[in-house]
Order: sequence, then C-alpha cells, then structure tokens
Amino acid sequence: METVEINLEEQFQARIDADVRIEPKDWMPDAYRKTLIRQISQHAHSELVGMLPEGNWITRAPSLKRKSILLAKVQDEAGHGLYLYSAAETLGASRDQMLADLHSGKAKYSSIFNYPTLSWADMGCVGWLVDGAAILNQVPLCRTSYGPYARAMVRVCKEESFHQRQGFEIMQTLCEGTPVQKEMAQEALNRWWWPTLMMFGPKDADSPNTAQSMNWRIKRFTNDELRQKFVDMMVPQAEFLGLTVPDPNVKWNQTKNGYDFGEVDWEEFWNVVKGNGMCNKDRLGARIKAHEEGAWVREAALAHAAKRKQREQQEKSAAA
Amino acid sequence: MNQAEWPLWEVFIRSKQGLDHKHVGSLHAADATMAIQNARDVYTRRMEGVSIWVVESVHVHASNPDDSAAFFDPANDKVYRHPTFYEVPDSIKHM
Ligand SMILES: [Fe+2]
Ligand SMILES: [Fe+2]
Ligand SMILES: [Fe+2]
Repeated sequence: METVEINLEEQFQARIDADVRIEPKDWMPDAYRKTLIRQISQHAHSELVGMLPEGNWITRAPSLKRKSILLAKVQDEAGHGLYLYSAAETLGASRDQMLADLHSGKAKYSSIFNYPTLSWADMGCVGWLVDGAAILNQVPLCRTSYGPYARAMVRVCKEESFHQRQGFEIMQTLCEGTPVQKEMAQEALNRWWWPTLMMFGPKDADSPNTAQSMNWRIKRFTNDELRQKFVDMMVPQAEFLGLTVPDPNVKWNQTKNGYDFGEVDWEEFWNVVKGNGMCNKDRLGARIKAHEEGAWVREAALAHAAKRKQREQQEKSAAA
Repeated sequence: MNQAEWPLWEVFIRSKQGLDHKHVGSLHAADATMAIQNARDVYTRRMEGVSIWVVESVHVHASNPDDSAAFFDPANDKVYRHPTFYEVPDSIKHM
C-alpha cells in the first residue's frame, strides 16, 4: 500500500514539474487539496469583504459617472468571489461551510480590508494601490497548477485592470485639482501605502509554507519578490502624480536594479490578522448581517422553484 | 442557518454566433431560470456571450481520469487516421 501512495505522489509531482494542469477528478495529495482550499477560499473571502470599504462610498461618489464606475467595480468583486468559491467547490469544499468559516472568524481574508476608507481619495488609493497589488499577486496565478483556479484567475485578471486604472484616474484628478484635493490624495497615500505592502504577506523567512506552495506551483513568486515588484512599479507612478511615498528609506538601488525600501511594521500586520485591526469587527458584522438578512430571499427562491416545478408537472399530467 | 444549499449549475456560453458553447464555470441557483439570469450577471458583464446554457452539475457524467490511459489509448496507435501518415509525391498538387 505504502509504495503505491509514494508512486502516486511522484507521478503527481512529475506532472506539476512538466507544467501539466491538475483537474478536479485527478489524484492529488491531501495536503495539496487542503492548501488550495485554504488559499482559494481565503481569496474568495477577500473579494467578498473587499466590497465593503468601497460600498461605503457608492452613495457619496462625487458624480454620476464615478458612482456608475464604482458600482461596476464592486459588482466585479462579487463576481470574483463567485468564480473563486466555485473553484474551491471543485475540490470538495461546500459553499455554506466556507461562508460559515468566514463568519465564525475561522477563515481569514486579506487584512487590507480592515482599514477604513475615510475620504474619496481612499477610493483612488484602493483602486490604484490595493487592486494594483492584487493584480501583481493574481497575474502569476493564471499559471497556477490547479486548472479551475488558473481559469478563474484569467477571468479575474481581465476585469482587474479597469479597477486599477479607475483608481489611478481618481488620484490623478485629485492631484491636478485644488491644493486641498491634492493634500487629500497625499493623506490617503500616507495611510494606504504600508497596509498595501503588507498585502503580499509575511517576509519569506517567516512564511514556512511558501517553499511547498512553490514546489506545487500553486505560488509562482515569493512574498518578498512580489513586494519588491510592487514598490518598483508604484514609486515612479507616485512621482508622476507628484505625491511622496511615506517611506524615507525609498531609494533607487542601481546594483539590484530596484528600489530599496523600509521595513514593514510586522507587529501591526499580525495584530490586524489576529482580528484587532480598525475595522475587523465592522467588516465581519456587516458581512454576517447581510447574510442573515438575505436568508429569507434564499429560502423564498427555493420555495418558488419547488412550486414552479410542481405546477409544470401538474400541467404536463393534465395535458397527457 | 442550516437550510438547503441552492443546487450547483455548470454554465456554458456561446461567445459569438457560429461558435460552440464553452464551459465557463459554475454557480448556485434555485432553478434553471435563475441560473441563466445569474450566469448573465456574472459571466457576460462585458458582452462575453450571445447565448447561455446551464446544466445542473449532478447531471454531468465524466470519464474517469484514472482510466484515461486505457480509455484513450486505442486512439494512439492509429496514425493512419491522420493525413500526415501518407506520403504524397512532390509533383502532386492540391491534395
Ligand atoms: Fe477582485
Ligand atoms: Fe482579488
Ligand atoms: Fe478589483
């Protein structure tokens, strides 16, 4: 028995190494399945909770155009959540269980959404920085080893680029506006910069699962590699806007062909992960409230479907 | 909390008239009408489709990947089914 198991694992790894996608019914190690369910459902939860900070501004968007754009973006995020939950379901996870784990606090979502969105410029920063960071994370995932996850990410990535651009446009408009508007943009950047750097997760040295995930080609870049890419991408964009990144240690480094930058406040990161961020309670509370208040809709839809089916059957037998 | 989950549906979309329907993903819905409406909302927000099929996932039967070697092998040794198997003299045109 033992040798058969080892053989399957070896064959599995050989397929991964040959960049063959794994599909739902293929044999896979238990740990691979578990890692994927955790990662995909966490990602789905992030899309779902991620709607809340932006939903907060839909009624207060400064123009009808901005409101339509924001609505479309938030709707996309709901879709992203759905693509990802579906991908996790192909691994045997149940939707109800995943949601229950989110609501009980057992499952995590991205810590970035536990920060408040205080001004309209925050909508700019969320799109520009937060979606920007998400894109960096997600583009390599289009080549992740699990087929349904990779295909979901292709769909997500296609939709994300508008999210980042609309955010950048909000920032640019503010930066080209009155001094007060520009100050608002700078102040938002000051608040969002460090939390976005945290989105890439702990330092490689403190991320014990990275090696295995890279080996399984679930992850294609390490946290630190992605964080470096992000800084290299964003510093020139901030300069273009005439804004200053709130890190005195940001400096071009010719030898590594990238920017040096300061150390993330990891204590703050872990604190938010543990549930003590500014908005953890709010976000989870809002999510649970929406779920509970929507229960009657889900029940009614089922009852309606059953009634309709029954009526169709009656009509059929009457006609026969 | 413990009410029944909406059934799962597989979604197929025809992206353009003349092309075939292609599997794009799945979703939960109470019935077929709702599944089609939801599929429109999630999978065709950017004109990705002109037609939608939904099939309840329990009705999809699939071949078993564990048997795929035995199952698909017979096709492997019949190279003569491909036109490239045949050698055509250089002077013969239009074949
Ligand atoms: Fe998203
Ligand atoms: Fe995302
Ligand atoms: Fe997004």
